[in-house]
Formats: sequence, structure tokens, C-alpha cells
Amino acid sequence: MSTNGYKVIGSRPIRHDGVDKVTGRAKYGADVQLTGMLYGKVLRSPHPHAKLKGIDTSKAEALPGVKAIATAADLPQIADKIADLGEAVVNLRDSSNNVLAYGKVLYRGHAVAAVAATSRHIAAEALELIQVEYEPLPHVTSVLEAMKDDAPILHEDLKMTEMGEETDKVSNIANHFQHKQGDPEAGFTEADMVIEREFETATVHQGYIEPHNATAEWNEEGHLTLYTSTQGAFSVRDQLVEILQIPVSKVTVVPMEIGGGFGGKISVYLAPVAAVLSRKTGHPVQMTMDRDEVFIGSGPTAASYLKIKMGATNDGRITAATAYMAYEAGAYPGSPVGAGAGCILTPYRIPNVQIDGYDVCVNKPKSNAYRAPGATNAAFGSETVVDELAEALGIDPLEFRIKNGVTEGDRRPDGPEHPRIGCIETTEAAKSSAHYGASLEPSSDGKLRGRGVASGYWFNFNGGRSAISVSVNDDGSINMLEGSTDIGGSRASISMMLAETLGLSAKDINPRVVDTDAIGYTDATGGSRTTFATGYAAHATGKALICEMKKRLAQAWEVSADAIDFKDGLFSYKNDEEKRGTFKELSGKIGGTGGPLVAQISTQPDGSGGGAFATHIVDVEVDPETGKVDILRYTAVQDVGTAIHPSYVEGQLQGGVAQGVGWALNEEYIYNTDGGMTNSSFLDYRMPTSLDLPMIETILVEVPNVSHPYGVRGVGEVPIVPPPAAIANAIYRATGTRMYELPMSPPRLASQMAKNA
Amino acid sequence: MSSKVHVQARINGDDVEFLCEPRQSLLEVLRDVLGYTGTKEGCNNGNCGACSVILEGRLVNSCLVFGFEIQGKELQTIEGMGSPEELHPVQQQFLENAALQCGICTPGFIVSTKALLDKNPDPTEAEVRYWLAGNLCRCTGYDKIVRAVLDAAKAIKNS
Repeated sequence: MSTNGYKVIGSRPIRHDGVDKVTGRAKYGADVQLTGMLYGKVLRSPHPHAKLKGIDTSKAEALPGVKAIATAADLPQIADKIADLGEAVVNLRDSSNNVLAYGKVLYRGHAVAAVAATSRHIAAEALELIQVEYEPLPHVTSVLEAMKDDAPILHEDLKMTEMGEETDKVSNIANHFQHKQGDPEAGFTEADMVIEREFETATVHQGYIEPHNATAEWNEEGHLTLYTSTQGAFSVRDQLVEILQIPVSKVTVVPMEIGGGFGGKISVYLAPVAAVLSRKTGHPVQMTMDRDEVFIGSGPTAASYLKIKMGATNDGRITAATAYMAYEAGAYPGSPVGAGAGCILTPYRIPNVQIDGYDVCVNKPKSNAYRAPGATNAAFGSETVVDELAEALGIDPLEFRIKNGVTEGDRRPDGPEHPRIGCIETTEAAKSSAHYGASLEPSSDGKLRGRGVASGYWFNFNGGRSAISVSVNDDGSINMLEGSTDIGGSRASISMMLAETLGLSAKDINPRVVDTDAIGYTDATGGSRTTFATGYAAHATGKALICEMKKRLAQAWEVSADAIDFKDGLFSYKNDEEKRGTFKELSGKIGGTGGPLVAQISTQPDGSGGGAFATHIVDVEVDPETGKVDILRYTAVQDVGTAIHPSYVEGQLQGGVAQGVGWALNEEYIYNTDGGMTNSSFLDYRMPTSLDLPMIETILVEVPNVSHPYGVRGVGEVPIVPPPAAIANAIYRATGTRMYELPMSPPRLASQMAKNA
Repeated sequence: MSSKVHVQARINGDDVEFLCEPRQSLLEVLRDVLGYTGTKEGCNNGNCGACSVILEGRLVNSCLVFGFEIQGKELQTIEGMGSPEELHPVQQQFLENAALQCGICTPGFIVSTKALLDKNPDPTEAEVRYWLAGNLCRCTGYDKIVRAVLDAAKAIKNS
């Protein structure tokens, strides 16, 4: 029994899919093996920007074992159509051109053609025999360069949208928007201290360990079955329907286990290509990316440039702030600048604020969602400026944050009012934590130590469609079907909510993530929505089962259903000792009352409920000679609503921190002057290993979400937001050097420290 | 085109025979030829550890070994560790500690941990972190994995 009054919620059962995953039995996308299956590989552009003059596939076709070759000519040309994939909004024409380039290649790694062959080695050999004639064009791989009037233009037909209106201007800037409240100039005049800084962040990748994969089987009746690792089976189905222009009833997407996604496995890359190759060959076709292809051919997240100005009075009240945010969209419009702009100053009550966002195309892979998309870049800038302001005013950085923190009824810079949220509670918990209260001992060997803090916000998507379908077995156990990809323990958390509702234990529920034919439409696992929204549906399904159970018991007991009570897991009729029992006891005793007990519920919560706030504390040690930063201690404090399965909530915080540490200290796409990524391997794109991190302490602050029956608040995304800023602030405390560029890798930090010396 | 090589080896205690192309890695042979898909591919160039197996008592990345190289040798894969009815203590502790999220790196971590505990039954946290630095996990931040390994060492010692 947990402390919150729940029986199941708050406990830590072993996850239902755990045994399969520790024994190697769980089937991921690349584990699919079908009879007669061929292997597909993609030919990728060596140029960052070029016209496609012609593709000669004849030599490749002649290679024994090659069964088909696909190019953009095999895809229907489709019109502009905007689709919302849950964490990113895309133009489906761009999606089509991204999976197989049409007319032009827009980045090094852009897919140009694909081969299906009897083995992966033959497919790879065949790629070398495809002759592509390119006409190279000038390229641009940085956001500020791409915004210039004389920059190489990626899309001749892309007209800039300015404050919601399409202009006549052909530009790499797809969109400029603005959020404004009050009078920032007047606010800065009112301030005693104003600080303005510029920041740059590099392109980084989600770094999921499982490469993209797709296995397509297009049968003779024209039905396409697609097996893949995805965050959203229905999102994949939507994209296949549009890109291939086929009826939705002709597509089944089978979600396999997924080896990480973090936002990067919602868009399709291989799926439509595998489908075309299967249609052409009459065989199932499996495609998987190499690690190099994952880096250069999928969707990392945006590099960015930010300029942030903030003013405050001597007593520590923020009076005004402005933010200029330019994000790289990559090859097609659609960077996460919109989300970044909605999060950047949100932890603070600021009466006068202006935020300008720019979505800018560059010759890099189309950017994609990555855990709290856009918010980490933004917080690196804003939380550094907040730290500098607090320091300049002589106020403790957490005290400064509490003083200006938002509560229910305050307005976000982008407009909406906050409902009940845990911003202040979280910051206060950080301030009173053991970590913040402990003194940081100086290093004994000449290294430099410092402590930093930073806060972060992420909206949380408290909405979207989720369906649950259950059937009750005679022993009272329940088969629960859901459409939500389980990327980190959601089978357990959703089962726990159904169990709580019915007075069962978590192991009484048998959860299954099923294909798109077997369950109602369910939006992607993204936006921190799954435990919230699919748990919402599970609760509603439990309620429906209770209602149905009362009807059945009414028949069995020959009483009125209205007179049957369900309380504390017990059905009862008045004080009749014969007519009472738990769901489990009674579910096998309702034979003859109308067939097996089943229920199916589809829900779409209204999106209210508020976002997630986090405050992190970090101690670092800097080697002054090399610029290498070690993390000595890390504490993540977060409002998690109700922690359904606390172990997996802690895991989300710890995992987000680890990714944030990588983003802060090492991870970046390093480009050469030819527009190529030079570090497209896990050796050179340096993600944190177990040796790079200490244990990561977590403090779960529980401010229940008022829009959820069990108070669930999404927890997965916000923990990646504070780390780069917290670490930058700690580095400053250790060295006296402020870092305004990510990553703060050893050469960058050493050179900045040398400049400041 | 190469002709195939005939290979005999002992895998998880069973005698196994197969044909493979000389260019096929052990990882590819395990997954595509033998159907042992518990060994995962994350990078195919020795950087992530998802394909960890124990060859002649030594931890290796199966993507960096050719399939034909296991001729006459003893190989252990994740499929040979525990069963759903009787999990290996390392597997049990990964579950108890919630030391996995997506699970794709988990077989590699478990095989790697077994190799560690076979050599060093009582490792310190620092030794665990050093040993596992060849296995990448992107979900957990390693905290719960390291705890699971330390708990597994204790469980084995007490059994």
C-alpha cells in the first residue's frame, strides 16, 4: 500500500514485458523474419545540395540476386498537405520527397534510390552500381548563413510566412512568428539590471540504440502489412496512406517492440520504400538502417541561434524579457522552434515579454522531434541569463526562481493560462534538498569544482486519441489491448491504472500492444501523453466494466443493478453476505448473463491539465588543462503529478538527465566544408557511457494533474530541458568562464578558458 | 560470389552446425542464419555493445567477429541465460531494479554483466561502470543498471 491511498498506483510491480526483454525473446522490428523475405538498402546522396539529372539503374538491375530498384518515380507525386504526427507537424509532400528525393537532393544522406535483393550484401553491392548524375549546387549548413538574402535557396517555391501571412519573399526562412505581452521596452526601462546574451547550439541526435527498420509485405490482394518499430503505429499508417496514395483499409501496421525513439521514430523513412519494393517484387522486403544512415538519413534535432535579453529590479523581480530564436529545420520546413518558443520563459511570471521565432531550412537532414523538442536549446539560453541576473543582483539562483515562479492563473508568454501546476513546489523542493544544502568540497588535485542549477518546462500533450479494449477471463484476469507503443514501461503503468480501478493487482492484467486493425485509433507515444491519455482510457474502461458487471450481477443475484454498490474493490448488495465479492471472485460466476465480459473505450481528453516543471542541481569538476568536465553529483527534481510506477518515473528523469548531459558536454554533428557529417558513428558522436555519469538522484514532487482521474502528469520530456544550462552554470561557478555555445566539449571549454585567462 | 563455409560450434551448450558466407559477421549468422535474434544490432561496428556474446569465456562484440571464426569454439548468447521459469540472477535483478526501458540494449548488458561477474564476483560501483562502458544505453542513464549489477553480485554471492 502506497502513501497516497491507492493500492496499486505508487507500487513497483515487475513490468509485464520484462521477462521477454531480459531473455532476448522480445521481438523488435529487425527480428521479423518472413518467408521469401528480401533485404532492401538505400542509396544516399554524397552531396549536400544538388539537382538530380538522372538515375541509371541498369547495371544494378543486372546483378544476380537483385529483384527490384525503387526511385521517386515509383511514388505518386502528391500535393501539399499538412499532417500533425503528435510531436511534429509535417507537409506530406515533403515527407514523400524526403523518403526518396525528387528533382533535388537537399542534404548529404538524402535517399535517392533503393534496392531489394536476396541478401543484404548483394543489396549493398548493387547500390554501388547505380549511376546518379548530380549537378552540385551551393549549400548552406548554418542557420544564420541560411537566413541571409544571398544564401543558397533550398526551395524555390517556399514563400516566407510572416506573422501568419504568406509573403512573396522566396527565402530559407519558412516562418517568422511572434508572441508578445505588455511593453518590453518599458519593462527594460523599469529594470535596474538588464542582461543580453547570444547562444548557439549544435545539431544533436536522439541516439536510440535500435536503428530504424521496416518490413513490408504487399500481398496479391493489394493489402499492405508493415512491421516496424515506431512510436505510433497509426501515425505510420497515416503516412503510408498519404505517401503511397492507398486506402486506409488496405494498410495494417504491426508495431514491434521499439528500441528507443525519443521523438525520432514517428516520421517514416524506410516504410514507404520497403512497401514499394515489396509491391514491385511480390516478396516481403525488410530494410534496416546502418548506424551511419541513422545519423545522416533520419531526423536529428535542430541546431539553433538564440539572443535573449532579460531585466530585473534590485529586489529580484523580472520586469521584461525578449527572445530571438532561429532554429534549423533541416531540409524541409518544420523545426521545433514553435515548441521552444512556448517553453523558453514559461517558468517565470514576466509582465512584458516578446518572443520571435524563425523556422529556417538548411542543407542538413530534416530535423525531427527530440524529447521536449526545442525546449532544451531554449532553456540553455534563458536559464543562463536567469543565472547571470540572479548573480548580478546577489540573489540565490533558486530563490530568484521561486520569487518569479509561475502559479495557477499566471499566463504563459505564448498566451494560455496555467492551471494547477507545480513550478514553485518543485523549485522549493530543490532548494531544501540534501544536495543543495551540502557544501561542495574543493578538489585536492588542482581541478575546479562548481555547482549549478537550472529549471525547465515542457507543455505535456494532455490530449489525443487513445483506445483500450478488454476482455475478462473466467479467473478474473483481464486481457487488455492498447494501441500505444510501450517505449519504457507504459504497459505496466496503464495496467496499474486499470487494476486500481477494478480492485485487481497489476499482474491480473495481461497488456498487449496490438496492430492498427485490432484497436481504435491511438495517437503516437509522444508529447509525454501516453501514461496520461491511454491511462485515462484505461480508467474509463475500468469504469465501464464496473457498470457492466453490476448489470450482470443484477441478473445473477436477481436484484436491481442500481442497488449494487462497488466500493474498495468490493461489489455488494445491501448487507447480504451471499451477494458480495471482488471483481476477481465474481467475474467467473456470471455465466448465463450474456456472454463474456468485454469493454472497449475510446477517449480524447481536452488537452487541459498543464505542463511539467523541473529543477536540476549539478556539481561538476573541470580539468583546467584539458577542459574536460566530470559530473560529480546530479539531482533532478520534478513535478510528476501522481507517480504511477515510481521506478519508471525515476527512470524517465535519469534518462532525460543522461541525454541532457550528452547534449551539454559532447554531442554534436561535426560538419566539414563540403556539407558532410564527419562523425557519424557512436565512436565519434560521443554519447554518455556508464563511466561518464554518477548515480542520478531524483526527487519526485507530486502535484496531481486536475484533468486526470489519477492525477497523471506526463514525465518523460521535461527532464532533458535543464541539464545543459545547469551544467553551464556549474562550469561558470567552477571556472569563472561562461559558456554560450553547445556542446561544452573539452576543446571548446579549454579554448574559452584560455581566452578569458 | 563466395561459396559458403561449413561451421561446427557449441552454442549455449548445444552442438550447432551451419553454413555461412565468409563475409558474414557472427552477429549476422546468429540473427539471420540461426534465428538467435536476442543478440541485437545497434551499430555494427563495435561501439555500442548491443551484440555482446561470450566466446570461449571472453566477452566480444559479435559484429566484430566473422561467423566462421567460431569453428570448434564455445559460444554463449542471451538465449543461453536463464529461462522465463528460472531467470539468471542478473536477469532477475534487472527486472527488480527496473533497469531497462526500451530493452534493446538489455541482452547485451546482461551478457556483459555475466562476463564481469564470472571474473569479478564482487565488483565496486567504479568497476561496474568501467566494465559496462562498452555497452551504450540511451534510456536509463545507467543508474538502475549499475544498481542491478551490484544487486546481482550480492544475490549470486548469497545463493
